[in-house]
Amino acid sequence: MTATQERPAAEIGRDRRRKEDQRLITGRTRWTDNIVLPGMLHLAMVRSPFAHARITAIDTSAAKQATNVVGVFTGADFGESLGVNINAWPITPDQVAPVHSPMPTDRVAFAGEVVAVVVARSAAEARDAAELVDVDYDELPAALDLKAAAADEVLAHPDLGTNKSALWRFDSAEAGTGGNVDEAIAKARTDGIVIEREYRQQRLIPAFMEPRSVVVDPTGEQLTMWSATQIPHILRFALAATTGVPESKIRVIAPDVGGGFGGKLQTTPEEWIAWAVARRLGKPVKYTETRSESLLSGHHGRDQWQKLTLSAEKDGTVTGFKVELLADLGAYVSLVGGGVPVLGAFMFNAIYKFPAYQFNCQTVLTNKTWTDAYRGAGRPEATFAIERMMTELAAELGVDPLEIREKNWITHEEFPFTTVAGLEYDSGNYEAATARAKELFGYDELRAEQRRRREAGDTVQLGIGVSTFTEMCGLAPSRVLGQLDYGAGGWEHASVRMTATGKVEVAVGVSPHGQGHETAFSQIVADRLGVPFEDVEILHGDTQISHKGLDTYGSRSLVVGGEAVVRAADKVIEKARPIAAHLLEASVDDLEFAGGRFTVRGTDQGVGIGELATAVFTAHNLPDGVEPSLDSDATFDPVNFNYPHGTHLCAMEVDTETGQVRMRKYTCVDDIGNIINPLIVSGQVHGGLVQGIAQALWEEAVYDDAGTLVSGSFVDYLLPTAADTISFEIDHTTSPATTNTLGTKGVGEAGTIASTPAVVNAVVDAVRHLGVDDITMPCTPERVWRAINAAGSGGTTEGAAMPHFEAGGAAGNQETPGASSTQGGLQ
Amino acid sequence: MIPTQFDYLAPTTVEEALAALAEHGDDAKIMAGGQSLLPVLRMRLNAPELVIDLGRIEALRGVRDDGDAVVIGAMTPHAAVGKDPLLAEHAALIPKAVEHLADAQIRHRGTFGGALAHADPAGDLGAPALALGAQFVIAGRGGTRTVAADDFFVDLFETAIGEDEILTEVRIPKHTGWGAHYEKFVRVAHQWPIVAVAAAVRVEGGTIAEARVGLTNMGNTPLRARAVEEALVGQPASEDAVRAAAARAADGTSPPSDLNGDADYRRHLATVVTRRAVLAAAGA
Repeated sequence: MTATQERPAAEIGRDRRRKEDQRLITGRTRWTDNIVLPGMLHLAMVRSPFAHARITAIDTSAAKQATNVVGVFTGADFGESLGVNINAWPITPDQVAPVHSPMPTDRVAFAGEVVAVVVARSAAEARDAAELVDVDYDELPAALDLKAAAADEVLAHPDLGTNKSALWRFDSAEAGTGGNVDEAIAKARTDGIVIEREYRQQRLIPAFMEPRSVVVDPTGEQLTMWSATQIPHILRFALAATTGVPESKIRVIAPDVGGGFGGKLQTTPEEWIAWAVARRLGKPVKYTETRSESLLSGHHGRDQWQKLTLSAEKDGTVTGFKVELLADLGAYVSLVGGGVPVLGAFMFNAIYKFPAYQFNCQTVLTNKTWTDAYRGAGRPEATFAIERMMTELAAELGVDPLEIREKNWITHEEFPFTTVAGLEYDSGNYEAATARAKELFGYDELRAEQRRRREAGDTVQLGIGVSTFTEMCGLAPSRVLGQLDYGAGGWEHASVRMTATGKVEVAVGVSPHGQGHETAFSQIVADRLGVPFEDVEILHGDTQISHKGLDTYGSRSLVVGGEAVVRAADKVIEKARPIAAHLLEASVDDLEFAGGRFTVRGTDQGVGIGELATAVFTAHNLPDGVEPSLDSDATFDPVNFNYPHGTHLCAMEVDTETGQVRMRKYTCVDDIGNIINPLIVSGQVHGGLVQGIAQALWEEAVYDDAGTLVSGSFVDYLLPTAADTISFEIDHTTSPATTNTLGTKGVGEAGTIASTPAVVNAVVDAVRHLGVDDITMPCTPERVWRAINAAGSGGTTEGAAMPHFEAGGAAGNQETPGASSTQGGLQ
Repeated sequence: MIPTQFDYLAPTTVEEALAALAEHGDDAKIMAGGQSLLPVLRMRLNAPELVIDLGRIEALRGVRDDGDAVVIGAMTPHAAVGKDPLLAEHAALIPKAVEHLADAQIRHRGTFGGALAHADPAGDLGAPALALGAQFVIAGRGGTRTVAADDFFVDLFETAIGEDEILTEVRIPKHTGWGAHYEKFVRVAHQWPIVAVAAAVRVEGGTIAEARVGLTNMGNTPLRARAVEEALVGQPASEDAVRAAAARAADGTSPPSDLNGDADYRRHLATVVTRRAVLAAAGA
């Protein structure tokens, strides 16, 4: 079912440069930190240096006397008016969750937790005074290791009596969607193949470019919060729900936001504290985190142990897959919380026709930074697990990893297909994407080179990694979310407004933070209404302008929000039709709308949509009973998730002497349905690939034995730059989605979801002949080298940072006059 | 990322800078290019009352020929060192090490002397300076003194520069006609080296006549791999001979363990990276 739909018009499918880039790239725009209000005060947070400790005293007296300090507050100063940070997705009715105060008064549960806030006339003075706040702590034992925490060896929250938050389970036999997985495994143990592995999904840090920032203005009838957030609407709801301010008195604005990757899909203690301080003082306040604070206290992602059992017949036909996860929640159950691994629950069976499947996830509280969504959220973890396992099955059988996938995948004739996890995949063509990827990659030639190098015993070996993925995105059908106990729906809203001069304002409920919505939505509206691209203005991120919406995450903005835009635009046309008929003195049945004009069939008479907007504005000559407005709203609730897929092929060179890895080639062919803007899609794919590759090779949040984040700066948390990546070869096949008018599928997370296993499979493939069948992520040179030499997976990361910026470092000739105190530390 | 308040002084002569240093003592901090000091201040790991910026002292900039040595002013930016023709001819190891130092922005702001005075054992300049037997010219109120590279690096972030002194220039003895290579082992391009090796060799008729090998990040200071140097002399510039000599690269070292690798792994890396550096320097 490739490319059957005709491209409707000029703008859709066009490589438009992004209209928002000039202001975003130069920074001359309304970032939250750029907002300056009269009389605005600045906040600095005092954070716990300990992972787990009782607070015995907080002395704020010295800080209060510091220059230009207006106030110093602790949680005790606010009490219940501070509100709480909520979990919107209790994944089981009996989920154990600690109360999450934004500023606890008695006990801190992770290093970086806020215990006091300093308010001063400048940010520098607030920071200086924060060092003067004297906090006495009694250190408590900390639950740090995920497996040990799951065994309740040390309690992250002693009052709860356990670290085990929730056990979430899906069983295909119980659900009636498939067979009994334990029976399948037992049978395979006697006459088939059983592959058993345990994989680590290391903890990652979203590392968005713009640090989080919040401004609160309590003057005026509505209290206004600007925040560098992905979710202004959800934020407004949560403020109203927990701080006692009526929702109608709250305006939340996400102005331009510089990246999120899920890291700004959160309601944060810092937002709640700023809200409370501004209300208390009656003055505008601003808080912008430092990069160190961002890495330390913004939520982290991934962090799972995955115990996996795959059963198959001797010919490679998979008969069952059993998944047992431990997922680290960190110290609190965050906004989505345990819902992140649950989003993966339906994806471990991926593109395959497994007859039996079981998923178990135990979420666990620890004394580390809380975790939540990070690009892909649950689906990269699932894809990694199954794509590593399918490769292991192929290795066990001695067949090509693509062959084993083809034997098990859903063929294109079988769509729509209901999977063993109960989802109905609407469209796809795995054969076509794989064939195109193999051709572009030069699969057979690279396999031949790999053989030559192996036979010659080259120092540098070549490995080829495969990842065929699908994902569920476009979150989401509200009913399904309800069945999963998620606290909100998954619809999306748009308003299309015709101005008096014929321009078009489109207010959308999705909230971009770098995706290019303004450009893509303008292209859609330009085609739909037949107006110039430049005449369309996309408004977003302000709850008074875009009053309804559920914001941006889960690759939903185009497939859900875009459909709302289409439907609102179509309503504009329908509202204009009787007015056009009236002005043209024709019957509505004789009118055609094309290219922005209504014409009377068979004549040269016509009127443009812009002229109709002006006619409506004057309202001098409208038909009887017709309201003088073309403006239209639409709210769209999808009937299904959205299932992009693709085949990713990666070639890695491994230096067997050092363990150094180098990417040789990366090719991906993604099927994301119809494409609105190929340039934006390329950007999403390239950026997504790099983030997924970075999980495979570079990124890891590491804590030491005391629960201190060791990878607390970009010296030790390794982000790649353009110098570390290669030119990717990307292409697309097209199986339009059947569940939205435009036939689009989400692309925001695809690259990240698919690339991680492709890279690890390639690294392992390069050295499998040396006795290696796994390398722990990130595949550092040391781990690769150790795997080659000891035939293990490379061990854990040593918990020590490079010392370049330690106290006393930097420039030889002096002592360290005033290294920061531990108590006010961690800036 | 806001430093504590400090006073700022930008003298135009070394004498003024020394006078300020004498007056403020421990409360003052010298700033060269600021590429290490500013992050330290911004993270509040140090809080001097006075920062003395050497950036306006023109006399500390530039590269000149001085007979048997090439002299590099302490405040010469890395980028200028990297493209200097005198160095390329007479001390090619230095520009080769600078080529991959940090990133382009840092190479334009950071300075040759500042990086050496910072004495980060993972810094890229210590090993080549040590290997080539650099002389460090240090000014104090009583005049200048010269310290040999072997005595300059004292410990982690510690050099022979006294509290009231300033590094003014570095004299690199000419190694005209020597082959040189700096081999750096990193996970991402902008990273400090996990291990790096600076190698300079003089090859006569296919035989290694002289060899100098410096190690980066294999101990608290840059180190000379003297065992390797001795083993190389008189050997053919061949893969096997160099491999045998390089096997001694980690002798006597005590490398760190951190997120990028433990000490054992670094010892192993040192042997491989040394072999590759020497072979590349010898053009083999």
